Amino acid sequence: MASDSNGGSSDSQRIAQHRLSVIAGHLQRPAEGYTALLAAECKAQGSKPDVSSDERTVPRRRQEIMKWNGWGYSDSRFLFNKKGQAEFTGKRYRLSGMIIPGLRDWMESTFGANLQHKTPAVPVLNSSVVQPPTLNEAFVGELKSTGIPFSHDVEDRVFRAHGHCLHEIFALREGKIGRIPDMVVWPNCHNDVVKIVELACKHNVCLIPYGGGTSVSSALECPPEETRSIVSLDTSQMNRILWIDEKNLTAHVEAGIVGQDLERLLNESGYCTGHEPDSMEFSSLGGWVATRASGMKKNIYGNIEDLVIHVKMVTPRGVIEKSCQGPRMSTGPDIHHFILGSEGTLGVVTEVTMKIRPMPEYQKYGSVVFPSFEQGVACLREVARQRCAPASIRLMDNEQFKFGHALKPQVSSIFTSFLDGLKKFYITKFKGFDQDRLCVATLLFEGNRERVLQHEKQVYDIAAKFGGLAAGEDNGQRGYMLTFVIAYLRDLGMDYYVIGESFETSVPWDRVLDICRNVKARIVRECKDKGVQFPPLSTCRVTQTYDAGACVYFYFAFNYRGLADPVHVYEQVEHAAREEILANGGSLSHHHGVGKLRKEWMRETVSNVGVGMLKSVKDYVDPDNIFGNRNLL
Amino acid sequence: MASKAVYSHRDPMLKKRDDFEDILEDRRNSSDLRYALRCYAPVLYKELTPCTAGGLKGLVLQSDQLRYVIGQVSKETGVTVEDVQAEASAILDEMAHRLQLSTVRFFAFMLCKVFKALFRSICVNEEGIQRLQQAIHEHPVVLLPSHRSYMDFLLMSYLLYTYDLALPVIAAGMDFMGMKVVGEMLRMSGAFFIRRSFGGDKLYWAVFSEYVKTMLKNGFAPVEFFLEGTRSRTAKSLTPKLGLLNIVMDPFLKGEVFDVCLVPVSISYERILEEALYARELLGVPKPKESTSGLFKARKVLSEDYGSIHVYFGQPVSVRSLAEGRVNRGQFNLTPRHIPRRPGEDVGVFVNAAAYRLVRAQEENMVLKPWVLLASLLLQNQPAGRGPGQGLTLEELTQQAAWLRDLARQFGAFLHWPGTAPPGSGTMPGLCATETTHKGTSVKNNSPCPEGGAGAPEEELLRRAVVVLSCASYRNQGLHVFLRPALLASALRTASSSRKRQRPPPSSPRCHGDHPDVFNSFTFLRNVFSNEFILCPGAAVQDFEEACYLLGKNGALQAGQQDILVTERGRRTLAFLAKLLDPFLQGYQATEGLTEKQFVPAVRAFVIKQLLTGRLGYVEALSSDLQKNALAALLRLDAVQKLKGGEAPGTLKVNAVVVNSLEDTLGGSLPTQKAAVARL
Repeated sequence: MASDSNGGSSDSQRIAQHRLSVIAGHLQRPAEGYTALLAAECKAQGSKPDVSSDERTVPRRRQEIMKWNGWGYSDSRFLFNKKGQAEFTGKRYRLSGMIIPGLRDWMESTFGANLQHKTPAVPVLNSSVVQPPTLNEAFVGELKSTGIPFSHDVEDRVFRAHGHCLHEIFALREGKIGRIPDMVVWPNCHNDVVKIVELACKHNVCLIPYGGGTSVSSALECPPEETRSIVSLDTSQMNRILWIDEKNLTAHVEAGIVGQDLERLLNESGYCTGHEPDSMEFSSLGGWVATRASGMKKNIYGNIEDLVIHVKMVTPRGVIEKSCQGPRMSTGPDIHHFILGSEGTLGVVTEVTMKIRPMPEYQKYGSVVFPSFEQGVACLREVARQRCAPASIRLMDNEQFKFGHALKPQVSSIFTSFLDGLKKFYITKFKGFDQDRLCVATLLFEGNRERVLQHEKQVYDIAAKFGGLAAGEDNGQRGYMLTFVIAYLRDLGMDYYVIGESFETSVPWDRVLDICRNVKARIVRECKDKGVQFPPLSTCRVTQTYDAGACVYFYFAFNYRGLADPVHVYEQVEHAAREEILANGGSLSHHHGVGKLRKEWMRETVSNVGVGMLKSVKDYVDPDNIFGNRNLL
Repeated sequence: MASKAVYSHRDPMLKKRDDFEDILEDRRNSSDLRYALRCYAPVLYKELTPCTAGGLKGLVLQSDQLRYVIGQVSKETGVTVEDVQAEASAILDEMAHRLQLSTVRFFAFMLCKVFKALFRSICVNEEGIQRLQQAIHEHPVVLLPSHRSYMDFLLMSYLLYTYDLALPVIAAGMDFMGMKVVGEMLRMSGAFFIRRSFGGDKLYWAVFSEYVKTMLKNGFAPVEFFLEGTRSRTAKSLTPKLGLLNIVMDPFLKGEVFDVCLVPVSISYERILEEALYARELLGVPKPKESTSGLFKARKVLSEDYGSIHVYFGQPVSVRSLAEGRVNRGQFNLTPRHIPRRPGEDVGVFVNAAAYRLVRAQEENMVLKPWVLLASLLLQNQPAGRGPGQGLTLEELTQQAAWLRDLARQFGAFLHWPGTAPPGSGTMPGLCATETTHKGTSVKNNSPCPEGGAGAPEEELLRRAVVVLSCASYRNQGLHVFLRPALLASALRTASSSRKRQRPPPSSPRCHGDHPDVFNSFTFLRNVFSNEFILCPGAAVQDFEEACYLLGKNGALQAGQQDILVTERGRRTLAFLAKLLDPFLQGYQATEGLTEKQFVPAVRAFVIKQLLTGRLGYVEALSSDLQKNALAALLRLDAVQKLKGGEAPGTLKVNAVVVNSLEDTLGGSLPTQKAAVARL
């Protein structure tokens, strides 16, 4: 998304900006220092309306800019206009305001969907279906005296009761609301969090930390059996960069900041973290730490565990942090690894020191077409073997390639469409690629211009050995754009009887092809067995390469017309698919986390002793289960 | 869904079976040559990676699995890797098929001629063919025909060619390769040859299993082999061999393919080509060595009438659904899959259970001709004074056959009863169709073999045994229908006789429902006979319930609160059923203290003596197959131990205590006589 949101600024602008930021480094530092000062006095600030909040992406009242029952910004959505053409509204994305001529055909032919058969969502939240809040008066009273803002407004509460699992969104669209938090608090800084946690312990209140709300593991769902008052601790207002250390190339950041703000603010000083998960528009730093997130450019910058230098987490036992910022330590098991992936069960991550890098001088997209998925995987494996993976390399299978094609916006000139036709002719007729077998890898190179070009050649040379043909920057860029709009597309599908979701795994190289084939086939078979009337979309892509394996993403969607309980069918199929993944040597999750959705497999994943270890940590850190979201264990 | 066909034996009456189509009819009316040369374009596996027979060899030799084992062997033996590789290559050359369409066409032409001469009709269920075609398109397919005759695999290839299906590659015993020209021709029609035993030879096993797996995974062709391992000489299904089944399931268990389809095929012959040969073999005349000249000499069979063949392509069974919830496929996650490793216990249990189920699926779709039922009746009414019965008149036979036909139908038998005409007229053509009929009817006519009286009693006995054993091989075709109820009938008889002797202890350790003694007796018999018949391991309760259900439905039994009651009508049924097993019961009442090799001849000598003195009633006890199974059962039940090492390795030692208790129970279930158990 970063590439999209500053897509307006060309490369030359960016370089100029970088130069400026280096020159202006001295001038800017005090400014950051000023923020730090502000943060230290956050109590005073918290009682007043947050002055700087209008500059930030995420307001306290999220519903002002975001959908309450779907993905992303309220102004951005797919719809079929009066002519029956698909269109993406808003101004935020490259695709915004464009007509997508191929999408309708694709939806109709892939799912058997029909524009006549609509399943509109409930337009507004009916607050009468929401349970009145169970408030812990003593807690509320003491909280008031601290001046930390809170709310028990229905919309605020509902918004923090869900992530983006299919069943969660589906229920919202139908206007069904289950157990939701009884109130929401917005701490403004670390000290606020310390106070809230102290009060929660004192009054035995259940706390559920809330970052960006992009969870896809049921992690934010309130346990229905929870009888205590549930307080959602929304970190979104803790979103400042407290300082930047250019000597060590680190930045100290409050954990509530969302990805796009973090990148934008760092970019202003000429830096970036390079951590770009697909959800980076909305997901927060604290959430990344709590789920062990992974970014698409991890090949250069590393995953969250490689980026984190220091973490501060508030637990019922107190604050946990390391005493120094040494780049590596041998001091027993790394306590960061109790925090990374703790999924809000142990405490709230409040501040993180993470690595930063100067912004890349040059960025280049690319793509390669392979005659078959097998050859594509072989190529990625070779790239990994030679350790020359570009910032990002992703391999889409044939179905996804077609999907990407369907999302091509209307071309502006006859020339472009002529060129497209020519390309297609060259690949399918001249090179003999089978249209129903070929697949495409999208690439993103970053760094020094010269080296990028060199690197690019190296990768294309390897690809050629596996029958790959360079297929242009455009295809590559569109591939990456797709990841940001695909979540919006699901909402469109849900308007027309189509439900779906993605899930991921990591798997050793020798298993990649097997797992892709078997899981896709399993999905198709399960759908058939469960009475789905239309063939499902079952597709995958390899999104990350490692020395010893790869991360594989599966997309799965189907037309549910004729099914009495589509969500249940969906869940059964997803469950079966996960079993298939595990049986084929895949992991329970590469970066989405376990939450409540996958916790039934934790024991077999980490062994009995492993579960016991995690339990005993939980028992020590949080004996009263204050952080009671019941994820993971 | 597909698995249900294998698992459900709840109500056999409801089983829906397909109709048959005679494929010879077409051949009799049009040119064989044109047929052999017609366009052949089968449906292939959708994910097929096209490759030639030669390319296959390269794939096998390059595979990680084989390279790993070659490295291991080289390290262990000190032979260079190149040499081991050369050895592997030589093994592969010896093994590999060279499937060629021209040879197949030649065979198709020849077989047309042969089949038309031998058989009246070859009937195939075409719906099964359609299912198979779809399965071949969707998944790698394994064909599992029953094995009664050398004819089987020629017939299979012929059928698949006729229906324009992908030709199978067939695992054949090395003995065929000995046949000069024919061996090579079989190779070119898709047979690949494996040594009969290669126990410890790691390299051979690796080459072999990799070869089969490669063909299966690539979807090169359906793989065909015989679960029973060898031709059944007795027409009863043999306990399945697991080696190849293990191999073909492996790619699924390790996730290398999404699924594997197993297609049980039941081939029922009205009369088996090797009929007389088998009976003699069972009586101790060794099997002739496979040779081209032998085949040539056997051409005299062409002049005889072998009736019709029914081939039933069963419901394809998905290995995936079979394994669901039974095997933890995750067990292969922690070691590279190409390193050979003993799979977990669950895999062993699973493959074994699957094998039994598949053999049962074969059994269930075996078509029974009227003569099968007649043979059962005749064998129970043997004259000759020594047997229990007195022979039958034709009317009695017809009337009894009609009764038995209805019983068999109730038990879910797949009967081919010509027309709806009364059994008398209906069966006669069937009767006349076989040569054995004449011998069989001679039994009926109270004149067992020419009464020359010249021969020694032993010779006469053996001559009679040939007839009885041939007859028995017909009866055996239908045994699986009656097996479970028959075991129950025998168990009831034992239970009732032992109850007269003593009250059973109030609480039996393992009881089922309210009739522990019957169930115990049932399990005991089931256990004893598990080498003899296809009884799925661990399915005692299901079998018992099935038997109760069938007999209950039939009205022969009423399961009361306290006991199982035999109804008046049921006596006849139960008597018939119990008698069905008597020959086997008696046959098992012999144990020896000899080395394994000597066992069979010695028992034969002993049984002959017993028969002549009239202490054993059933000539069938002479069957070496039965004796071998009995020995295997005794070994399994610890009644006999095989001594290892010492002065005479292989000597069998009798465990007197166990034998005595076995003897008691077996003897107790025999109302006819208290047969003596021999000890040498």
